[in-house]
Amino acid sequence: MSLSTAAVVAGGAVRPDAIRPADLRFCGLRREALGIRLLSASPQAAAAAKRKVLAAAATGNGAAGSGGFDYDLVIIGAGVGGHGAALHAVEKGLKTAIIEGDVVGGTCVNRGCVPSKALLAVSGRMRELQDEHHMKSLGLQVSSSGYDRQSVADHANNLASKIRSNLTNSMKSLGVDILTGFGTVVGKQKVRYGKVGFPDNEITARNIIIATGSVPFVPKGIEIDGKTVFTSDHALKLESVPDWIAIVGSGYIGLEFSDVYTALGSEVTFVEALDQLMPGFDPEIAKLAQRILINPRKIDYHTGVFASKITPAKNGKPVLIELIDAKTKEHKETLEVDAALIATGRAPFTKGLGLENMNVVTQRGFIPVDERMQVMDADGNAVPNLYCIGDANGKLMLAHAASAQGISVVEQISGKDNILNHLSIPAACFTHPEISMVGLTEPQAREQADQEGFEISVVKTSFKANTKALAENEGDGIAKMIYRPDTGEILGVHILGLHAADLIHEASNAIALGTRVQDIKLVVHAHPTLSEVLDELFKAAKVTGIPQAVSEPVAA
Amino acid sequence: MAGLLHLHSTLLPSASLLRQRGGGGAQAAAPRRRRACRVEAKIREIFMPALSSTMTEGKIVAWNAAEGDRLSKGDPVVVVESDKADMDVETFHDGFLAAVLVPAGESAPVGSAIALLAESEEEIPLARSQAANLSSSSAAPPPATQETVPEESSLAPPPPPPPAPVAASAPSPATQGGARVVASPYAKKLAKELSVDLFSVTGSGPGGRVVAKDVEAAAASPTKAAAAPVAAARPDVPLGSTVPFTTMQGAVSKNMVESLAVPTFRVGYTITTDALDQLYKKIKSKGVTMTALLAKATAMALVQHPVVNSSCRDGQSFTYNSSINIAVAVAIDGGLITPVLQDADKLDIYTLSRKWKELVEKARAKQLQPQEYNSGTFTLSNLGMFGVDRFDAILPPGTGAIMAVGSSQPTVVGTKDGRIGMKNQMQVNVTADHRVIYGSDLAAFLQTLSKIIEDPKDLTF
Repeated sequence: MSLSTAAVVAGGAVRPDAIRPADLRFCGLRREALGIRLLSASPQAAAAAKRKVLAAAATGNGAAGSGGFDYDLVIIGAGVGGHGAALHAVEKGLKTAIIEGDVVGGTCVNRGCVPSKALLAVSGRMRELQDEHHMKSLGLQVSSSGYDRQSVADHANNLASKIRSNLTNSMKSLGVDILTGFGTVVGKQKVRYGKVGFPDNEITARNIIIATGSVPFVPKGIEIDGKTVFTSDHALKLESVPDWIAIVGSGYIGLEFSDVYTALGSEVTFVEALDQLMPGFDPEIAKLAQRILINPRKIDYHTGVFASKITPAKNGKPVLIELIDAKTKEHKETLEVDAALIATGRAPFTKGLGLENMNVVTQRGFIPVDERMQVMDADGNAVPNLYCIGDANGKLMLAHAASAQGISVVEQISGKDNILNHLSIPAACFTHPEISMVGLTEPQAREQADQEGFEISVVKTSFKANTKALAENEGDGIAKMIYRPDTGEILGVHILGLHAADLIHEASNAIALGTRVQDIKLVVHAHPTLSEVLDELFKAAKVTGIPQAVSEPVAA
Repeated sequence: MAGLLHLHSTLLPSASLLRQRGGGGAQAAAPRRRRACRVEAKIREIFMPALSSTMTEGKIVAWNAAEGDRLSKGDPVVVVESDKADMDVETFHDGFLAAVLVPAGESAPVGSAIALLAESEEEIPLARSQAANLSSSSAAPPPATQETVPEESSLAPPPPPPPAPVAASAPSPATQGGARVVASPYAKKLAKELSVDLFSVTGSGPGGRVVAKDVEAAAASPTKAAAAPVAAARPDVPLGSTVPFTTMQGAVSKNMVESLAVPTFRVGYTITTDALDQLYKKIKSKGVTMTALLAKATAMALVQHPVVNSSCRDGQSFTYNSSINIAVAVAIDGGLITPVLQDADKLDIYTLSRKWKELVEKARAKQLQPQEYNSGTFTLSNLGMFGVDRFDAILPPGTGAIMAVGSSQPTVVGTKDGRIGMKNQMQVNVTADHRVIYGSDLAAFLQTLSKIIEDPKDLTF
């Protein structure tokens, strides 16, 4: 998933009285939006606040923060979630430390978003260059396109290193203490951390955020050797490009990897436990995605089966994958492939956090939290001053969701209540063409509509009708919006097409700010751009309810 | 298309027919109307709609309903991809989706029928047979060409080979004794596209896996064993044993021995077939075969030379036959038979072709009546499809002459104006009973025949 641009905030305080209580209705992002606008109004104040924070940090470990704690906030885990929370905390004037036991940046930077997008960029270009038909139709000739595997791998690795150092520097320069070691919660507002072979340190913190993330989940029966049977962690190093790779799991990770591997010349077989490929997507999008991303490529699939046993390749024998029927559990067939990628989801990394000291019990490894990201203990009560964000709580396992949750928590501990609206958080899958979504899928919307007794409408448009898409000869794609015709509330938007991951933000913004269809209908989009696809959706929607007066004129 | 209305009785609709490209269904508009009038119950067509003013053809993305499903007016029944977007197409009538004429993934022009909707469940089989007719009428070669009977001359390409036997190539290690085949995803896709049986492909990938290039290689060179169209191409003769004649073989043997008592002579002739080939190409689609053309030409020549159509039954007199019945030698499983085209001179070429098709089917099914194979007055034997350029045949007792036809081959010839040119030429060789047919008779007949074949406009009457 994508890394939300490393928090833009460059220090600076927000005037508390500028926020109206009515805004509590919407997600924390609205607050954030307003906050940023106010920031730009007073650069001097911002600079002054920054100096204040740096001075506070410079006093070093052990000096009194506020109220006798070593730190106002200690974050366990310096991944995307932890980093986002740390930067925002500094902006709020909190003395912050972040504990990292492995590498700064966590999964996203080192084993996830960053390297995978690098590989996908390569695969996207490769695919274009090799699509002779496409090139010819544009009048281009490309002679023998090829790639050097090591250089491609280096591009991904270098990018990961660069972002990792950017992240580290951004935190250091703001005065966040980066503590190395594995952190454990030993008691109320007390954290211990230490490296193997070194004595432990204990620190106190007014508030603790657990942001330890997740690791690839490997079902039992599957033997990982890192070379022929591996997870996304290994795959992103691109140590080899197999001729035939089986990808177990057809969610967005599996899908993105199939894009990479097929572009680099491999053939792919999907093994999916559910009866449909891409089960997490809106079904209409999944159907079209199959037609565009799977059928024309060297990909076949087995659905409704589990890979009960995977044996790595040895002594010249290929990787053996035994497939059993998902329902009857009887053996269906055995695949013989060159490699297998396990992309069956991610499991939270929450062992050894000392949660039992706080009477917290994990559920399948996930730390239970409420809507404010406060950790819930075994009795269902919120544990004060203890929060959990990101993949570790399992609410929405996306990088930008983790940082948004982190920001929400920091807002709360700075004195402003905040509840994040998860429905306004977009998600994207970086295949070619991309898929993105925000809000509910059509079946989810229908279910909610049935339960709560309202009607929903759906509008769709094809990329074939968009001038820019046709100019690029990339007319494959669809965008759809699910909304309430009575109020104009946007319930969900799904896009499959060129630059879908970038286009979705207009819709996610609208949902976050509570913008209704009728408010946004007349907004002007530049021509010819892909954004007109969304313009089509907004214009095609019909709101039958009583239109409310728009508070600000939108169009001249 | 005229003569094909009654064919539906012999053609059983099968799933494979329905899966054929239905694109040709569009052109069959006229006869379909006629059939629709015959059928009382309503079988409606679902047409490819024009989804935009610029659309000329649409691709079927997916069928939302399966054959046999009940549909209500307004139900989306198919998803069509136009130049602008994918649209759901609804049905305007209630009914049952009886037959899908254009499967998912294929295109059809706007306005052409893409499916048949039957009003009630009882009409579904009727609709299916209609669908079968639509696809069969658009399939040009009549079933006869696919048979293993060599009744076509060499001019027609050899009929499609039967599927390659599984035992032809050693099973690859990946097949685990033929139980399953390990093939890469792309190989599987290609095999489906190119209609290659994966089990018959030897894999060259790691572990004996079948990879794409193996499938491509297999598609490019169908196994040689299947090239010969005759059913008896690879007879399993029990070597080292003695097998008695069947009845038919006994009859053939008897006739051949009897023929030794007849004084025969042979006359050969080379005939240029360019004009005949062109004519054949033109009327092939109407169900006319080369056999029928040759039989008709022969019959017309015999009209002008009745003595060649005579025979000597008792060794003392000419028996001038009143009808010209052309018998054509046909190899069938385990033997040889000569179905007869009665009054070949009196029938038009299309009727003759139809009759021939029926006779061949009967011969294959061993259901020929005696007068259908005994009444020949002149026999035709064709080995051209094997590439034989000339041979002479043995005269069947009771007839006056038999003509052996060789293959038509492009030959370099000297033309009248002193130039060198290329013509398709075939050699024919007539064996005749000298008791009734003399050399000049035969030569004159052959001259007439060659004139008819080289200027075949009268053949189509």
